[in-house]
Amino acid sequence: MVVSRRTTLSLRLLALLYLTLLLLAPLVIVFWRTFEYGFATAWAFMTTPAAVSAFWLSVLIAAIAVPLNTIFGVGAALVLARSSAPRVGKGVLDALVDLPFIVSPVIAGLALLLVYGQGGWFGSVFLNNGIRIIYAVPGMVIATVFVSLPFVVREVTPVLREVGDEQEQAAATLGASSWQTFWRVTLPTIRWGVAYGVVLTTARALGEIGAVLVVSANVAGSTLTLPLLLYQRDEQIGSRVTTSVYALATELAVLSVAVLLLMTVFGSRREEAR
Amino acid sequence: MRIKAEAISKRFGDFTALDDVSLEVPQGGLTALLGPSGSGKSTLLRIIAGLEEPDEGTVRIAGQDVTHARPQDRGIGFVFQHYAAFAHMSVFENVAFGLRIRKRKPAQTRARVEELLALVGLTQWAGQRPHQLSGGQRQRMALARALAVEPQVLLLDEPFGALDSGVRAELRRWLRRLHDEQGVTTVLVTHDQEEAMEVADTIAVMNRGTIEQVGAPRVVYDKPASPFVMGFLGPVSTIDGRLVRPHDVSLSLTDGPGLIEAMVKRVVHLGFEVRIELELTGGEPARAQLTRAQSEELELAPGDIVFVQPPARSVVSGDPAEAAAAAAGEDADAQPLNA
Repeated sequence: MVVSRRTTLSLRLLALLYLTLLLLAPLVIVFWRTFEYGFATAWAFMTTPAAVSAFWLSVLIAAIAVPLNTIFGVGAALVLARSSAPRVGKGVLDALVDLPFIVSPVIAGLALLLVYGQGGWFGSVFLNNGIRIIYAVPGMVIATVFVSLPFVVREVTPVLREVGDEQEQAAATLGASSWQTFWRVTLPTIRWGVAYGVVLTTARALGEIGAVLVVSANVAGSTLTLPLLLYQRDEQIGSRVTTSVYALATELAVLSVAVLLLMTVFGSRREEAR
Repeated sequence: MRIKAEAISKRFGDFTALDDVSLEVPQGGLTALLGPSGSGKSTLLRIIAGLEEPDEGTVRIAGQDVTHARPQDRGIGFVFQHYAAFAHMSVFENVAFGLRIRKRKPAQTRARVEELLALVGLTQWAGQRPHQLSGGQRQRMALARALAVEPQVLLLDEPFGALDSGVRAELRRWLRRLHDEQGVTTVLVTHDQEEAMEVADTIAVMNRGTIEQVGAPRVVYDKPASPFVMGFLGPVSTIDGRLVRPHDVSLSLTDGPGLIEAMVKRVVHLGFEVRIELELTGGEPARAQLTRAQSEELELAPGDIVFVQPPARSVVSGDPAEAAAAAAGEDADAQPLNA
């Protein structure tokens, strides 16, 4: 297609304007408002007991959900791409994996309430044994695992399909057991796909609000993650609160940008590996 | 017998890949499984390797029943058409893989890998990744990797199928030399009859899930057991209801007893040889292959009338269509699927 220089330039300008209005401007304003009263003030808001507790809870939940979904994701991808299981079974698994993408996170949270909450299917079983799942950290972890489940499976399955199983067969003819083949051949082959999936999972786990909100007790200092604290503060009124909200938003944004950078690095490595 | 496959059958859904096939490979031999795609040759090789399990029949390697043994317990080396190189490892580590799995001493591993890299001419490539190698080099690396663990038998699945014809011819000669030096019992799958004739000391010609004939290259060429074998191993022409090799046909300008009249349709110069395309009195086409000297002596041109003398020895009688189908199938696919 031949496009005149003028058209090219105005198209570029339009795209730039769009991105500026939707992405850059809000971010800049958040940063600007954060440091409006100086770095020290912002830092003070980021290090209040509630903020520190929320930060560490977010990290803790991600630290549990991400490894779980990585192990599950690689396993499910192996089943989908490699196993000789019946086609119907694989089709069901394939569809189930996408469920968290299709179902609204809030509905996922409500479903957890119905299963593990008071009067829910398993709720009394856990409660009678003194284990609180809903309105507590375990429920928040389960909700996060649910919403961030598809990423690793969706990243790894196509890579496995594309490389084929000849290398694995070759390893078998050279004497390697299934376990040795997995560690020495399969995993190194899919490593960039796994890494990319892990980064996406982490980003989702850190940022999730809907599903977690439903099952959290929403008590600052114990059951608020960084996004939840931000959400709660945002509903209160007052100039001190506003700055605190912006400070928290900046904190979350910095985490996200760090994850985004990792993603770019792994993304390009993944392309190279293909 | 080093390898003994007995009464092997294998079906994939409705498709019968192998139908009651038996094959024996002697100690130190190099046998080629030759056939068109879909003839079952790769399936038979993969069953010997343990990468596929037969529905019926038994496989013995060195006298031991390995029908249900895993590939890793069979003492085999396997080379794949598309190399199956470990992309994330160096050439050295690829070759060392089997030795590392067997937990050999590092010094021992290093010595063995270096010896093999020298054997396949890749010493200066040891530190490179497979994708930095050419196709021929990659396949030599794959051979070194398979040989590193000193397999009892070496199984090659269309090993040169993905390579250019020049590299192919070179690697063929190289493989034969390697076999003569190392003496590992080898089975090679190929759809290229020239490759089979050049490399193997025994050829098993396969068609539609069965073995049609097993014999030395000369035997299967000169005394084919069926029209299919005859058609697959070389050019075929039908004269007087018999299948003959075009180069066994002689032409003369004068009539005589037992000669058949024909008209020259086309004269094709193939370098050293000249192919004469003929139309016999009945209207059927036929071919004769002459040397250049013979052709020059006859000075043939399209439209000339010649007299055809079929060869004295009859090769096979049978359905010419079978032979024609075999000849057509022979180069129909350079890259057969899981044939």
